[in-house]
Amino acid sequence: MTLQHYLALSAIIFGIGMTGVLVRRNLIVMFMSLELMLNAVNINLAAFSKYLHAMNGQVFIVFVMAVAAAEAAVGLALIITLFKNKETINADEVNFFKG
Amino acid sequence: MEQVIFYILAFVAIVSSLFMITRNSPVHSALWMLLTFFAVAGIFVQLDAEFVAAIQVLVYAGAILVLYLFVVMLLNPKSHGFIKVPFRYVIGVVASIIIVFQVLMTLKSSEVIGKLGWVTPQLAQELGNVKMFGKELFTTYLVPFEIASILLLIAMIGAIVLAKKD
Repeated sequence: MTLQHYLALSAIIFGIGMTGVLVRRNLIVMFMSLELMLNAVNINLAAFSKYLHAMNGQVFIVFVMAVAAAEAAVGLALIITLFKNKETINADEVNFFKG
Repeated sequence: MEQVIFYILAFVAIVSSLFMITRNSPVHSALWMLLTFFAVAGIFVQLDAEFVAAIQVLVYAGAILVLYLFVVMLLNPKSHGFIKVPFRYVIGVVASIIIVFQVLMTLKSSEVIGKLGWVTPQLAQELGNVKMFGKELFTTYLVPFEIASILLLIAMIGAIVLAKKD
């Protein structure tokens, strides 16, 4: 297996996650697509860590996971607050700032 | 053998993530995302990152996914939430395909150069992944590690404040 295999896989998963963010309007599914993109980045970091004989990539994966966990907690709390106020989690129907 | 396993895992990861973004119900999306996480954990094992694979299963599949399922079942949203304008569909899909294509073309004509690190195969055989991971995390990356703990604390406080507000 070459490094390129892993990088190609991670690029494809990143693209799928990006499509999810662009196409879906359900805020929860958009958040899930964000997690997918972070996972693709993690594959990249692990692959480089192996092929460059270094350990920093794997350490960074743990930091990315910590940030993802924080993001999920705060983001989902925001979604719950939004649902309490607007009765919707559709991103197109959230237009507080529209004049 | 290694190649066969890689292709199986890659196939599972790609197909399940495709299913994840196309399902109507958010619960189905979350369950397909679980399968993606397991496939990615398998790829981490293949990349000699056993500790990260374990953390992937514990944190992502165990904690974050359960959080998502809790919120989905708490809110029970009615709209399946695809965008309504077909034109924007096309733009979204085409933009992603262009970016992936660009990355793949760059990969085809590129080569990795860089100084090799201290993790030689003999050392990896001798110490094991977890020991080397701990050595790196608690020496070079000690300060970022502490900052990450503060970040998690702030996220916890923020989530409580946001969710408790009436």
